[in-house]
Amino acid sequence: MKHDVLVIGGGNAALCAALMAREAGASVLLLEAAPRAWRGGNSAHTRNLRCMHDAPQDVLVEAYPEEEFWQDLLKVTSGVTDERLARIAIRASSICRGWMRRHGVNFQPPLSGTLHLARTNAFFMGGGKALVNAYYRSAEDLGVRIRYDAPVDSLELDDGRFVAARIGAERIEARACVVAAGGFESNRAWLREAWGEVNGEWPADNFLIRGTRFNQGVLLRQLIGAGADAVGDPAQAHMVAIDARAPLYDGGICTRVDCVSLGIVLNRNAERFYDEGEDFWPKRYAIWGRLVARQPGQIGYSIIDSKAVGRFMPPVFPGVKAKTLGELARGLGLDEAAMLRTVADFNAACRAGSFDHAVLDDCRTEGLTPPKTHWARPIDTAPYYGYALRPGVTFTYLGLKVDERAAVHFGGKPSRNLFAAGEVMAGNILGKGYTAGVGMSIGTAFGRIAGSAAALVAAPRARQASPHAAV
Amino acid sequence: MQPFEAQPGDARATALRADEAEVDRQMQICNACRYCEGFCAVFPAMTRRLEFGKADIHYLANLCHHCGACLHACQYAPPHEFAVNIPRAMARVRVQTYSDYAWPAALGSLYRHAGLATALASAAALTLFLVLMLMTTGGLWHAPLAGNFYAIFPHRTLALTFGAAFGFAALALAIGVTRFWRAVAPADALRAAPGAALAQATHDALRLKYLDGGHGKGCNESDDRFTLARRRFHHLTFYGFMLCLAATCVATLYHYALRLPAPYPLGSLPVLLGTAGGIGLVVGPAGLLWLNLRRDPAHGDVAQQPLERGFIALLLLVSVSGLALLAWRESGAMGLLLSIHLAAVLALFLTLPYGKFAHGVYRSAALLKWAIERREPGNPRLAED
Repeated sequence: MKHDVLVIGGGNAALCAALMAREAGASVLLLEAAPRAWRGGNSAHTRNLRCMHDAPQDVLVEAYPEEEFWQDLLKVTSGVTDERLARIAIRASSICRGWMRRHGVNFQPPLSGTLHLARTNAFFMGGGKALVNAYYRSAEDLGVRIRYDAPVDSLELDDGRFVAARIGAERIEARACVVAAGGFESNRAWLREAWGEVNGEWPADNFLIRGTRFNQGVLLRQLIGAGADAVGDPAQAHMVAIDARAPLYDGGICTRVDCVSLGIVLNRNAERFYDEGEDFWPKRYAIWGRLVARQPGQIGYSIIDSKAVGRFMPPVFPGVKAKTLGELARGLGLDEAAMLRTVADFNAACRAGSFDHAVLDDCRTEGLTPPKTHWARPIDTAPYYGYALRPGVTFTYLGLKVDERAAVHFGGKPSRNLFAAGEVMAGNILGKGYTAGVGMSIGTAFGRIAGSAAALVAAPRARQASPHAAV
Repeated sequence: MQPFEAQPGDARATALRADEAEVDRQMQICNACRYCEGFCAVFPAMTRRLEFGKADIHYLANLCHHCGACLHACQYAPPHEFAVNIPRAMARVRVQTYSDYAWPAALGSLYRHAGLATALASAAALTLFLVLMLMTTGGLWHAPLAGNFYAIFPHRTLALTFGAAFGFAALALAIGVTRFWRAVAPADALRAAPGAALAQATHDALRLKYLDGGHGKGCNESDDRFTLARRRFHHLTFYGFMLCLAATCVATLYHYALRLPAPYPLGSLPVLLGTAGGIGLVVGPAGLLWLNLRRDPAHGDVAQQPLERGFIALLLLVSVSGLALLAWRESGAMGLLLSIHLAAVLALFLTLPYGKFAHGVYRSAALLKWAIERREPGNPRLAED
């Protein structure tokens, strides 16, 4: 049976596309590479949606106008963005939540520890997996056909036009196709190739993947090989310093270590390498993955004393705990003398101030390289704690170039029936950097656009017939 | 690391048992994630702590309403290697709570053999009433007695037997929950508790607030769909039970204060209350049993199914036999029906403190602690930055 619309992928963008196409009257088949238990890709690890709004809206306080959202995006991407597409996603974020609710998504005010997002981000009750569950339920109820354990190996194209998808020997035809299969961050061989060899090391070998193991980038690689236009740098990835004991895949949110700004961070040689107190942690956590990736052995050690305990989100794994700094060095496997020297130098450089973690306070070091410019207090109160850190890849930026209809481009020309949504095209808007919840804004906006566009191409008459044709 | 608030009756020094250690392990993961904060009270209560001692674990386990929402929403649920399954972990600790705090302590182990205990109590009670009846009537059938129960079992015998059984159940549960309260709450918590906290705990318990899923759509049963079915069937069960209790109390008043002995006419207050309660106690437990049989096996603790289903079956036996007795009280089967009904009620009373019923008492205490705790300042040091 030939479907109108084939959706490849099983996360937020794929589900938004499938739901919109189905609501527009198209018959839809969704292929999720993962088994049911692992469905949803990285969306299962998300927790909120960055939303534009001009006045308070249910769970969102105050206002977050289009221009402010755009400026935030411009700042985090350093201008590596496409303003037209970005504004489409921003505007869509202000009107999509009614539709999301109708498909069973529940929103709630920010979680504890995230009050700084109360104005800008609407949180999913229960997190991204609850959202994914709701969308799958709704898709099933509306008659979207869903297949799990269905990783597509390749697409059959005819001069930029989608013809069929292949899973092994099976050939699946459709009138239009939405590729929403994520980035390539789970493909360790590709990461290795993208990061290359540095000082005799292959840094990517020591990366952990915070999300799904199913984002292998199979179609991304094939499409770029087949002449699809690409955006983004393959060596660019959103990376966070996470607990070195985190699992290789799917460690998600809980593996982050949030005490960096309260102490010092050492490398394998027990030396400091960056200003731990440069700015508020939510503004800095995303640079530490890359910082650690550049250190020898791609490992760092966050060290705090007992003054810091209780001031940061509790980490998932207990730290190495020690009564003395020497014992801590031994517990972390660091050179004891070197670590004692680094801590002594740091402690001696701390200038007394009035410590306040809620503001950029005046506790800083003097005459130390690199300096610690805020929240610098001597590491001197036992017990001491240490956490080993590794770079944790959240997602990759390399993607397929699209236009405002989410159409994939070949040699500058939009495909008639091949569309892309979600992480596989987020690089159009997010060329680098990140700000909380914007990935879901892009995935929701372009998933919905791609689904509608695919339905229009595949079953143009169905649109009027559908009772569900919704905004 | 120090907890945010000192826990009196501190059990932290005590080594955790396997089921408690499992809750501790999972709570450390949840506390670093917190996505489920909106579902119920367990997760906001968790965020007030950095460590989970024995007392915290038992408090949180009893605060958990076993709705299943957090399991279906969990990015760390099996097959993830973190294997987080809060509904199951909490359920296992709850049985431990009931056993640990049971009075007399020796009977605490009955929770682990709830199916057997229920069956034995029922059989013993039934034997007792049948023997008593045979001594009076000489057979299972008798000439119609116009619904006069006391022609078979003297009122005094019944009042003494059931008064003693119910009194013992109430005493045992009161002692158990008092011990529990002392372990999980500060010594002066109750005295210092604001009236609003008491009102809120009462409200949350009577409305089953935490079976609404946080979004009002209800809890999970056989899959990730939300439904209000359990909340509604539980309401029918609980309020049905309370109406039956009210019917008994009114009848007792009639008997002693108004010198108006049973049987009461169909339109009388005791019969109306009892009939309404009985219907609730048929529909409610039947619905709960239906849901229990269809529940996602990942939710619960399979070992506790006899505890849950045994209790539900006993409630059904009470209500069905009670309604049958009302229908045929003027026939020759009254004695037999009465014996069955009284045996079911006696077995229910005897097993109240050592069966599933205990969950309501311990959960109410946990809700009260939460209502008090949430009004206290939280962790002032966790910077919201």
